[in-house]
Amino acid sequence: MKNFKLVSAFSLWAVSASCAFATTVGFSQVGSESGWRTSFSEAVKAEAKQRGIDLKFADAQQKQENQIKAVRSFIAQGVDAIIIAPVVETGWKPVLKEAKRARIPVVIVDRNINVDDDSLYLTRIATDFTEEGRKIGEWLMDKTQGNCDIAELQGTVGATAAIDRATGFNAVIANYPNAKIVRSQTGEFTRAKGKEVMEGFLKAQNGQALCAVWAHNDEMALGAVQAIKEAGLKPGKDILIVSVDGVPDYFKAMADGDANATVEYSPHMGGPAFDAIDAFIKGNKEQSKWVSTTGEVFTQETAAAEYEKRRLR
Amino acid sequence: MKSSAEMISPEALPMAQSSQQAMNKEKTDRYQAGKSASFGRYLWPLLALTLLLLVNLFIDSSFFHLTYQDDRLYGSLIDILNRSAPVALLAIGMSLVIATGGIDLSVGAVMAIVGAVCANLLLIPDISLVTVILAGLIVGLAAGSINGALVSFLGIQPIVATLLLMVAGRGVAQLINQGQIITFQHEGFAAIGVGQFLGLPMPIWIVVGMLLLSQLLLRKTALGLFIEAVGCNAKASRYLGINDKSIKIFAYAIAGLCAALAGMISTADIQGSDANNIGLWLELDAILAVVIGGAALTGGRFSLVLSIIGALIIQTLATTIIVSGLPAKFNLLIKAIVILSVLLLQSEKFRRQLSGLFKLGIFNNAKAGDKK
Repeated sequence: MKNFKLVSAFSLWAVSASCAFATTVGFSQVGSESGWRTSFSEAVKAEAKQRGIDLKFADAQQKQENQIKAVRSFIAQGVDAIIIAPVVETGWKPVLKEAKRARIPVVIVDRNINVDDDSLYLTRIATDFTEEGRKIGEWLMDKTQGNCDIAELQGTVGATAAIDRATGFNAVIANYPNAKIVRSQTGEFTRAKGKEVMEGFLKAQNGQALCAVWAHNDEMALGAVQAIKEAGLKPGKDILIVSVDGVPDYFKAMADGDANATVEYSPHMGGPAFDAIDAFIKGNKEQSKWVSTTGEVFTQETAAAEYEKRRLR
Repeated sequence: MKSSAEMISPEALPMAQSSQQAMNKEKTDRYQAGKSASFGRYLWPLLALTLLLLVNLFIDSSFFHLTYQDDRLYGSLIDILNRSAPVALLAIGMSLVIATGGIDLSVGAVMAIVGAVCANLLLIPDISLVTVILAGLIVGLAAGSINGALVSFLGIQPIVATLLLMVAGRGVAQLINQGQIITFQHEGFAAIGVGQFLGLPMPIWIVVGMLLLSQLLLRKTALGLFIEAVGCNAKASRYLGINDKSIKIFAYAIAGLCAALAGMISTADIQGSDANNIGLWLELDAILAVVIGGAALTGGRFSLVLSIIGALIIQTLATTIIVSGLPAKFNLLIKAIVILSVLLLQSEKFRRQLSGLFKLGIFNNAKAGDKK
């Protein structure tokens, strides 16, 4: 309710202040549950400012009902477009129908939604986890010419990110008969657990060399780096480290030579979302239903520069 | 359980007062009460631990292999001791709380707060290590005392009182860290988690130190006895002149202190404070360790050594799962099955039924053989 009042008060001011054809976009964000989420919100705000878009930001505090309220208020205000970063997949049909009736395009970012009629939204901007796994797998196979005994640190059991990243990675190494995953266990996406599991792996290997550690996120990889160091080996040289996410700490580890590569899980989904909205306003009503924002592979060469960029942010 | 119940029962009191000799005998019995009442109490947890270790030996023949490198012992056994340190510390505190008839769900969250406080203090340049450690310990003690005060003075159910801090504590830690993972570079503090002393990792020494200290404090003074008395019957012990409120606060404060130490070890281990994940669900592991150690959740009996053996069983199991190469989705199920078997083995009734079943089976077989 408080949000609603705030948004409406803000919009009154915004409408009176920007009558000069500035695009108005409502953005309903999940909340601020993690550091990544915060940088995602900041990235969208910065992108909107740069493009001169009047962005109405609504924080749903992890509740779908708040998001639906926010979307309804956006519709009532007659915004030009709505961006939703959904909390959950289900329950979006009624409010999306309302938006469609008001002829306001809706862009879904990050997580997916589950509706049978995909004409209810303009497009979806999201990362392809499978693609991330594939990219890092290809990098590793390239680096090792397909000869590699890999230790895998899985994400939380059952998490989409963990399942899909593993699927992508496994699909790539299936083409290389000399590459295989010899150890695999969950590190629950945390640094502490990643370290503990890696310690166990190193003992269980009993002197047999591992060629690489493949972690489903950077935090676990950073834990593994510490475990390898404490075992008297050199991470990044004796054992290659690859993962996904691109958090600042990991760039620092790469710059120090302790880790080898990562695929960025980009928080910059605002750009493509605004592109889609611009195209819609210019008349392109039928767009592809999924824009992939899968990041690039980053390696040690650019790590120092990238770390400086990310740290300043 | 039996001996401590007798001690504080009204019938036992005049008897103890009547004869000096009898009292002295009682006294020695009292101090033995939680220590080694019977060999059987130690037998089953130790047997379970040995069995688990043997399973590991079966999976990996080099499991017991220890090497000396970089000035320290290196091997799976050391890893188990080292990794079990946080749960072992929590289990020491949890034993006391459970012995008073309470429970402390907040220890994991207290670990998070202490980790966050220490990590943020370490960001201040030139801060002395002693200040950081003291601050951490004080935060832990304060958190524990709050729990204790809620339980003893306000009379809130322990599970509810500590649930408050369990939920709020992680929030406080996230607030301190502003939702980020705070990392630091400080060799002195990192040594708490990854340093070594006399060839063994530092966390092991911290557990040994804490165990010795609390064992001395509890068994060489009447404090341990008081705690058990309060757990058996708080009202009766109050009539006997024991200040049950301060005993309870003391138990929760020690639990907070242990949580602070565990939090510092975990934070130093990864050289960063991860408020979301540090100590997550460890309170449950600590309770499990205490239960495996044969303590009654209704209070009145505890053994610190057995609780630590419980913690070792949990960690050995975790290591076994990592080494075994089984798919990760089986982890929780395996843990549950093994723990259930350990608990069943400890139950005298179950053992009797089991052996009865075997006898019956043998008997029937013999009969069947006779008929042929």
